[in-house]
Formats: sequence, C-alpha cells, structure tokens
Amino acid sequence: MQTKTYTNLDPAFRWLTLASGLAVVLLVCGILYTLVIGAMPALKQFGFGFLVSQSWDPAFKEFGALSSVYGTLVSTAIGMLIAVPLSMVIALFLVELAPPGVSRLVGGAIELLAAIPSIIYGMWGLFVFAPFLADHVQPRLAALAPGFPLFEGPPMGIGMLSAGIILALMVLPFITSVTRDVFHMVPAVVKESAYGMGSTTWEVTRKVTIPYGIQGVVGACFLGLGRAIGETMAVTFVIGNRHEISASLFAAGNSIASTLANEFTEASDELYLGALIELGLVLFGVTLLLQLVARWWLRRTARKMGAVR
Amino acid sequence: MDKKFTGLLRTILVTLTALLFCSGPALAAATINGAGATFPYPVYGQWAWLYNKETGVKLNYQSIGSGGGIKQIQAKTVDFGASDAPLQADELDKSGLLQFPMIMGGVVPVVNIPGIEAGKLKLSGATLANIFLGKINKWNDAALVKENPSLALPDTAITVVYRADGSGTTWIFTNYLSKISKVWQDSIGNAKAVKWPAGVGGKGNEGVAAYVQRIKGSIGYVEYAYALQNKLAYSLLQNQAGKYVAPTSATFQAAAANADWAKAEGFYLVLTDQPGDESWPITGASFILVHKEQANAATAKAVLSFFDWCYRKGGGTAEKLDYVPMPEKVVSLVEKAWAEQIKADGKPIWP
Repeated sequence: MQTKTYTNLDPAFRWLTLASGLAVVLLVCGILYTLVIGAMPALKQFGFGFLVSQSWDPAFKEFGALSSVYGTLVSTAIGMLIAVPLSMVIALFLVELAPPGVSRLVGGAIELLAAIPSIIYGMWGLFVFAPFLADHVQPRLAALAPGFPLFEGPPMGIGMLSAGIILALMVLPFITSVTRDVFHMVPAVVKESAYGMGSTTWEVTRKVTIPYGIQGVVGACFLGLGRAIGETMAVTFVIGNRHEISASLFAAGNSIASTLANEFTEASDELYLGALIELGLVLFGVTLLLQLVARWWLRRTARKMGAVR
Repeated sequence: MDKKFTGLLRTILVTLTALLFCSGPALAAATINGAGATFPYPVYGQWAWLYNKETGVKLNYQSIGSGGGIKQIQAKTVDFGASDAPLQADELDKSGLLQFPMIMGGVVPVVNIPGIEAGKLKLSGATLANIFLGKINKWNDAALVKENPSLALPDTAITVVYRADGSGTTWIFTNYLSKISKVWQDSIGNAKAVKWPAGVGGKGNEGVAAYVQRIKGSIGYVEYAYALQNKLAYSLLQNQAGKYVAPTSATFQAAAANADWAKAEGFYLVLTDQPGDESWPITGASFILVHKEQANAATAKAVLSFFDWCYRKGGGTAEKLDYVPMPEKVVSLVEKAWAEQIKADGKPIWP
C-alpha cells in the first residue's frame, strides 16, 4: 500500500462544484425563459391587468390572477402561523424536556409524517378532517364570534381554513425536525454554565438555546414556506376551488397551484394555456418576493436576538 | 467448468439477441398509439386488452386529457386522438382531421337533500339552470315545490357543487344549460371550465361526489357511471318532449338514436336536449380524431380495424362499465365516412 497525493484532483474538484452550482442557476433561468415564452399570449393580451383582475372566465377568455394569488398567500400564512410556533414548541420539548426514550419515539413519528405523500394528506383532509371541522370546529368558531367576518358562512368543512390547517400539518414535520437538530447542536457547556448561574429551564431556553440556534430556525422556516406555497394536491382537495376572494375563512377559495392542477389538462385554447402558464410565472415571482421579504424580516429578528453572523 | 459456464452464457446472449431482432419489427407494426380524453379511458383500456388477446395487436392509450389528445394528433405523434367535446368542422379541416363518435355517456344531476331518495326529485331544464345560476337558492323555492308537489322539500340553502378541473363532463353540462337558458348562454357560456356564479368546486367526478355527500342541501353533476357506482341520489330531468325521464342506458341510447347524425357535418353533434319522449337531455358522446391523409396504409388500416371491432364486439364490455355503445345507425354512417374520406397515397383504406 502506498498513499498518493492527488495534486491534480483539486482543480477538477473545483470545476465540478462550479459546474454543479452553475447548473442550478442555468436551470432557474431555463424555467423562467420557458414560462415567459409560454405565457406570451396572455402577457400580450392582459398585460399588467392580469395581476389585479379577479375574473377567471375560460368560456369568455378573461383571465386574472388576483384570487389565486390571494388564496396562495392566505393559505400559506394560515399554515405558517400554526406550524412555526407549534414546531418550535415540539422541538424544544424533544431537546430540553423529554426523556430520551420519548424523544426518540416522538422524533421518529415526526419524521414518518414527513414521508407521507401529499395526496394522502389531501384525501385524509377531504374525507376525515373536513367533516370533523364542519361538525365540531366551525360551528363553535362561528358561535364564539357571531358576525365576525372571518368565520361567516355555512360550515362546509372545506375552504381556506381547512387548506391552511392541512398545510400546517404538512410543513410541521420539516420545520420540527430541522429545528430539533439545530437545538441539539447548542453546546452543552453553554447551557450548563447558564444553569450554573441559577437560570431556570425557561430562561435557558429563551436566552440561550433559541438565540444560539436562530439562524437554523430561520432556515427551517424557509424550508416549510417553500413547501407550503407550492403545495398542490392536498390544497386542491380541500380548498373548494372557487375563483373568488372572500373575507371569510370558511368560504371556498383557490391557490395558484390548485388552479394549475385543476385546469391544465383540458386547456386546449392558446390564451387559456398562456394564462395558466402566466400563473406559474406569477407563482415564481411571488415565491421569490416572499423569500426576500421573509429573509429580510427574519434577519432583522435574528440580529435583534443577538445571533452572530 | 469455467469454459462450460462461458459457453452457456454465450448461448443465452445469442438467443436473447436473436429474440430481440425477431420480435422488434413485428411488435412495432402491431402497436397502435392513441392519446386524449380521460372519460372513456376505462372502456378503451378494456377494449384494448380484449382486442390484444384476440388479435395480438397492441393498443397504447394515454389518457392525458382531451386538450393534449388534440395537440398530439395535430402533431402526428399518435395514430389517433380522443376528445370529449367535438371539434367544429372548420377546426377539423384546418388540421385535415376526421372525427367520429365512439362511445356515449350521460351527465346526471345528483343531490343531497335529507329524506329524498334517488330518482324522486323532478327538475325541469329551466329550474336546473336557475339553481346553477344561483337564482334558486332554497330547496323549498316555489318553482321546485310546483314541480314536486308530493315531496316534502326542506327549507335548506342550496349549495352548488361543480367540477373544478376542466372536463368534458362540464362541457356537456354547460352545453345543455346554454341550450335551455338564454341567460346562461350569454353570461356563463359553454366550455370545459366556466365562471360559476355560485358554489364550490370538487376535483374530478370523485371530488364532486365527495362534496355532494358531505354538504347537506347540495346539488352537483357527475358522469352516469359514477352516480351509479356510488349510489348517489340522482334526479329526474324533463326532456324536450316535456317528459320526466330517469338516467338509464336506454334513455341515452334514445337521445343518440333520435339525433340527426346524417346532417351533422364532421359528426359535430352534441346530444344534449334531443327530441323524443325517452331521450335523456344531458347525453354526450366521446370522439376519436384521425388524419384523413394517412402516411402508412397498414397502420391506418390497423387503427380502423380496431375501432370497427369496438363497434361490433365492444358493446357488452361498454355496458358492463356503464357506458353506452353507439347505435347501429350511427356506426354505419361512421364507416361510410371512413371509406370516403380516409386515404393513403390517394387510395381509400376502408374497408
């Protein structure tokens, strides 16, 4: 046996990584280019009006993206509002409080949740969760706040609220398992010194564990956001698929992804197809914008909490 | 030992290669490719399987949707396309296509009203249109009570359930409503997906069925086969002759038989609102598209032979799956059109 020094492998490795990195950029550019070309008929026909019109009328060839964009943002927001705090609490429980056996068991269960295909969530949502929501949850919410515009209308079990909750369940395992791993990496020495100063568990969690891991938590949230905003099948099943903006969370709505899933196969008309592809383009833009805004906001929060970077 | 093994290996390889070369061209000649509508997919699939068992000819059908089927046949990437909605004569001419009806089905209104069973509720076309327009929004509306004096209709709000995905079913349904209601025709129109004035949308027949079963006081529309298999509460409909009929394969057949196919250019005929005492008013056919100018006479002949077999021997299979075969009268018209219009090198292919 003899050891070789692979001196000429270094440049090759550099080129390989560079090429791989560039391939991603190239892919994104390619997608963008294809979307713009495909959307051209609709771009020419509707221009900027596409973004602010709520009308979606394939029979008379009038298309607008507003209700789909609204539905995408609202359902994602509901999902994230539920999933982020819940994931944080679960992760903290697993890392700080749970006995090792319980922690392993719950952790395994959560990773199992992440492996369930989205169509299963959709079918479960439609056949099990929606009836439950309609019979037990929605009537109570409506009775709790009579006349409150968010909870108005008949309790159907399907609609924006159901879509948001299903999304929360779907992104929960992703955010939880990443957050848990991040919290695990907080050095025991740091925590123990805090305990040694007389801190309570709550103080250690709030002042040591969370600030130390905040960057990782932010990353976990992005992962969840990315999944929630583009989720298709599960949302299509439970959102009610109505091209309309309504104030009530009980009402049916739609999202960009659900519209595409529903209408792409039978869209034979050029303009109709163009409008659908333009919706894809809008989703591309919305995702980018949301990522930028969320990143800026979370960076600011992170800095406030004293993260180092 | 080692040598023996290599010898064996060589023999196997040689045999395999020989097999590949022998079966390759034979397979290629005996495969028909088609793509399009999802609605007739179960019956096309069954037919293909039976036909393959009988003749050895393989049929590969991709149910990618009517829109995709039309695109693929225009691009000549498949031997035939399939569409739930017929193409207009000028569209056919533009791409040099021949269109003919292959199989029929009906669209059936289904309801969820507590205490009302399948086949009890009577609806006229005008009432149906007004419900889907959102103008009639209670089950005890005067118009409904007048048509159903013997039923105890509750004071429940009506929730309309429609197909959220673009579909041939919606095309046929809105075609009927457009024929019945001027308001529908002007404000909503006839398409595979429309701007519904009221209600919620389910994905696919199964989505609509699930929503209807879920929501009390709802009304939706599904394929006949689907209503039957899921035991949904279908309604009776008043046809052009003023009679209330139930959806059965007999009433679909009646609609097709009473329609005037001979006068329909390019078989552009929608079977909604047809005359006849027995006709179910929302009947539709699914269509096949082939090129009039065929490059390869043998392939074209194989395609037509398959469809001929379906017309002659496929009826039983279709009925078992709750589809309705085309009446004899229409089949002879279709085959006449094949003989006259489909050509390879200027020569007719059929029969």
